[in-house]
Amino acid sequence: MTFRKTTLLAALLSATALSAQAADFRFALESDPDILDPDQSRTFVGRIVYTSLCDKLVDITPDLEIIPQLATGWSWNEAGTQLTMQLREDAVFHDGTPFDAEAVAANIERSQTMEESRRKSEVASIIGTEVLGSHEIRIDLGQPDATLLAQFADRAGMMVSPTAAAEAGADFGLMPVCSGPYKFEERISQDRIVLSKFADHYDADAYGFDTVTFLPIPDDTVRLANLQSGDVDMINRLAATDLARIEADPEIEVAQAISLGYQGVTFNVGNGEAADNPWGTDARLRRAFELTLDRNAINQVVFEGASAAGNQPFPPNSPWYDSAVPMPERDIEAAKALLAEAGYPDGIALEVQVPNRPVSMQLMQVVQSMAAEAGIDITLNAKEFATMLADQSAGAYVASQVGWSGRVDPDGNIHQFVTTEGGINDSGFSHPEVDAALDAARTSSDIAARKEGYDAARKILNEEAPLVYIYHDTWIWAMADDITGFTPYPDGMLRLAGVTKSE
Amino acid sequence: MLSFLMRRAVIALPTVILISIFVFGLQKLLPGDPVLAMAGEERDPEVIEYLREKYRLNDPVPVQYLTWIKGVATGDLGMSLRTNQPVTELIGQKLPVTIQLAVMALIFAVVIGVPAGILSAVKKGTITDYVANVVALSGLSIPNFWLGIMLILLVAVNWQILPASGYVPPGEDLWLSIKTMLMPAFVLGTALAATLMRHTRSAMLGVLKSDYVRTARAKGLVERRVILKHAFRNALTPIVTLTALLFGELIAGAVLTEQIFTIPGFGKLVVDAVFNRDYAVVQGIVLVTAVGFIVMNILADAAYFILNPRLRKQ
Amino acid sequence: MMAQPATAQPATPATIDPQAVAADDPVLAARPENRVWKKFRAHRSAMLGGILVGFFVAMAVLAPILPIPDPVATDWGAVRKAPSAAHWLGTDEIGRDVLARLVWGAQASLMAGVVSVGIAVAFGVPLGILAGYFGGWTDGVISRCTEALLAVPFLILAIALAAFLGPSLSNAMIAIGLSATPIFVRLTRGQVISVKAEDYVDGARAIGLSTPKILSRYIFPNILPPVLVQATLTIATAIIAEASLSFLGLGQQPPAPSWGSMLNTAKNFLAQAPWMAMWPGIAIFLVVLGFNLLGDGLRDALDPREH
Repeated sequence: MTFRKTTLLAALLSATALSAQAADFRFALESDPDILDPDQSRTFVGRIVYTSLCDKLVDITPDLEIIPQLATGWSWNEAGTQLTMQLREDAVFHDGTPFDAEAVAANIERSQTMEESRRKSEVASIIGTEVLGSHEIRIDLGQPDATLLAQFADRAGMMVSPTAAAEAGADFGLMPVCSGPYKFEERISQDRIVLSKFADHYDADAYGFDTVTFLPIPDDTVRLANLQSGDVDMINRLAATDLARIEADPEIEVAQAISLGYQGVTFNVGNGEAADNPWGTDARLRRAFELTLDRNAINQVVFEGASAAGNQPFPPNSPWYDSAVPMPERDIEAAKALLAEAGYPDGIALEVQVPNRPVSMQLMQVVQSMAAEAGIDITLNAKEFATMLADQSAGAYVASQVGWSGRVDPDGNIHQFVTTEGGINDSGFSHPEVDAALDAARTSSDIAARKEGYDAARKILNEEAPLVYIYHDTWIWAMADDITGFTPYPDGMLRLAGVTKSE
Repeated sequence: MLSFLMRRAVIALPTVILISIFVFGLQKLLPGDPVLAMAGEERDPEVIEYLREKYRLNDPVPVQYLTWIKGVATGDLGMSLRTNQPVTELIGQKLPVTIQLAVMALIFAVVIGVPAGILSAVKKGTITDYVANVVALSGLSIPNFWLGIMLILLVAVNWQILPASGYVPPGEDLWLSIKTMLMPAFVLGTALAATLMRHTRSAMLGVLKSDYVRTARAKGLVERRVILKHAFRNALTPIVTLTALLFGELIAGAVLTEQIFTIPGFGKLVVDAVFNRDYAVVQGIVLVTAVGFIVMNILADAAYFILNPRLRKQ
Repeated sequence: MMAQPATAQPATPATIDPQAVAADDPVLAARPENRVWKKFRAHRSAMLGGILVGFFVAMAVLAPILPIPDPVATDWGAVRKAPSAAHWLGTDEIGRDVLARLVWGAQASLMAGVVSVGIAVAFGVPLGILAGYFGGWTDGVISRCTEALLAVPFLILAIALAAFLGPSLSNAMIAIGLSATPIFVRLTRGQVISVKAEDYVDGARAIGLSTPKILSRYIFPNILPPVLVQATLTIATAIIAEASLSFLGLGQQPPAPSWGSMLNTAKNFLAQAPWMAMWPGIAIFLVVLGFNLLGDGLRDALDPREH
């Protein structure tokens, strides 16, 4: 009876709604992107929008191999200091400006010299460019840089229209002009970003939607509700705890990929005066802390097993993972012995700062109760993310629950965090051998040699434990069952080539 | 009348200046570095220093305040640190959204609150008064965000009769726009209904005891006629002026409602800006809201003045 | 005052019309208890409010001696289990007993209401008396500041303050308390001004009574009833505000429970574990309703106009 009433009401209300928009693809993001300029942008969700908006010099496969996109081929000189790229001749920017070697040179210069550019460190190894032909360019490096191609597969490789960039300057992000399969239509901040199909894209046939709308919906429950009610076609970052329930839903499909990033606890071992505490000075305590963790149990309790437990900056399925340093078993007795050896047989207190997000709080409450069994009395100090970041950077902390979104090249997950001059070395860690090993791994183009460098650093880092890695997020996408052709990538991006909506 | 408005405006000016100092000072106290929050995961020190210079964050705080207030005086509220959009443009984008929400919520509040208030005044002390009271207060007592999420799950997910969240401008699709705003307006409206009921009840109680109602009753008029025609009409003046003032409460209530239903209005803008340390946006929004509130106050006073003949004579 | 009813109704939590409870009769102020209590008891909804509030206060007070599990004890084997004989209201996201957390959470939530209003009264009433009684320059400064604060929506102010102080229960209480302070300044000031104008206060001054005596004998008893009513209603608002701040991650931080923080976590598990969200939601609803009914009842009982 109530059923009939509801159906009637439903029919009445939906009579004029959402019809004749089959070619619009609506995708819900977990937060609102920042400025839409690849050189200035810094948010993860922004990169998801760019994947449709801005083509890059190169792309990756789901297995993280570098493949052509705007560059059709490339080669290195013997010394690894010159990268010559052949470019696609049928690409054009959304404003009609042709894509050519001059455009690439202008883009690299923009990334390096624009005051607001957040890409400077990513292209720091480049000392110059030489346009060899209309569609061939040579990029000169000051020293070999094995990470450069991976940078070109991300924001540093996104090509913006030089004409539009010169006109708009720092305001480019208000009206971005790139060469991707979709072009910018409008943005209402905190509400939506609308892209429309770019008919002159060289691969336009592979893209099935007339428009793509990105909707930032921060609340996990509400985001999922939008998918269930049919208001969006697909959502980003389904909560792991919703996975089992949604997999059972016949109208919704899910896709997953283990992310490139990690989550863990960073200790302050050398960042300012606050590092001068037992946890900062004695690695045995940090190892004892690690031994109290049952990472698989954490994964079960917090994520229902949907994330990937791990003890290194690279997930266990990564080719860069050092299998000689496997995930340690939980060992309370060994932890207690280490505490006693360090002079704390009766236990010791530890204050950890935590971002006030539900998942982080849940994770750290589980960690808290695990560590308590060995006598480590953890106090959680919840902070807003902006505050936490500032305190962490200033060294005003003992330990911090923090993570990293991950980069395609392994260097991006480790070098800047633990090398003495590293840009994000909030831990204040410094070890000459680690510096040497990681610097060598960065400049070598030989995969085996690079792996050796990371493994060498791992051995020391495992003993010193300035960062205790706990798990790797799994990206989970959920979509209506009429969406087909989606391929999950470990970088968490939404690649729309081949994705269609059946009628 | 004009001199009355002028006088009120002049009195309000120092208040506005105080608000601007207060808002500016408060967000300078907020822990967390806005530039660091904006520098991204990589936190390039060069970029950080450049941004500090660009947004003049290295200046002494009083100098920063003067720079800002000088801009405000010329209609320039600065730029969002996060999206590079001018704050005035953001406000122009968000204001109509929140006004639409507020107006629709007010309709719900009036539809629930006014009849409940009349009923409870007329039947004072009876079970009807009691029930009307509890029902109206229930709206005020349910946490907004809780009711919102429950409604989304029930109405949008289970019944699938209304969109779960978001916003559609009325110019784009009026019917869809209203549908999308129904749930949030209801959630916000229920909370206000109680306030409105209290006002209505108290205004009605005053009027019901007055001489002209007693006279009307003495003339033998039907009770319903007495209440609606004589009593309510006289109680209307305070109700209308107080309703106008509810707008301030509406804006405050919109903060959470917009957060849950992902409505890109004032409330969501300001909360997100606080969390992102987007200083210029926080300053701009709070200042505009406060000035709006003061203007509403003055207008309500003026309305009261005009509608109330006894005061006009004084 | 009557010419400005508008400004007497700030757009803030449950405001009351000061005139409605003006005890402008010194006799009433002196011995009102019997009549007030009789009126209050006859007020059925107020009694219901009193019972509701009393129930939760008892719950909070008795929490340590009730036969319930440890509210922070975790159990990996029983994560998000539905209500059962072992856990009457089920378990939460890391296997803690929801009933125990609900009972202990009553402490945090009631504290949030009472302490924050305590702060608001402690600052607001003296400032209001200062402004109202002494007038002039003091009044000007206090009133302008109050107006400035009142013009900023309550919750926005509380969010900004809580963000400034850092997320925790005590900071949330301070933030809510400070945000609610101007309501009490304005209310007290208005009352003091109207009482001060009364003939009997002039008389007292004429016979040379000292300022402290006048304040304690005439002013204070007269401002007490409206402040009491406003405080009761503001407690209701403050409890909701704590829950709202918790919802934004700015209130009580786990593992210690408050109803607001329980709801904040529970909202992620609404479909899988509805019991986690149901009980704290109901508890907030009932206790806030209780305070609202109680406040309305008190106002009616203390209103001298309604004989």
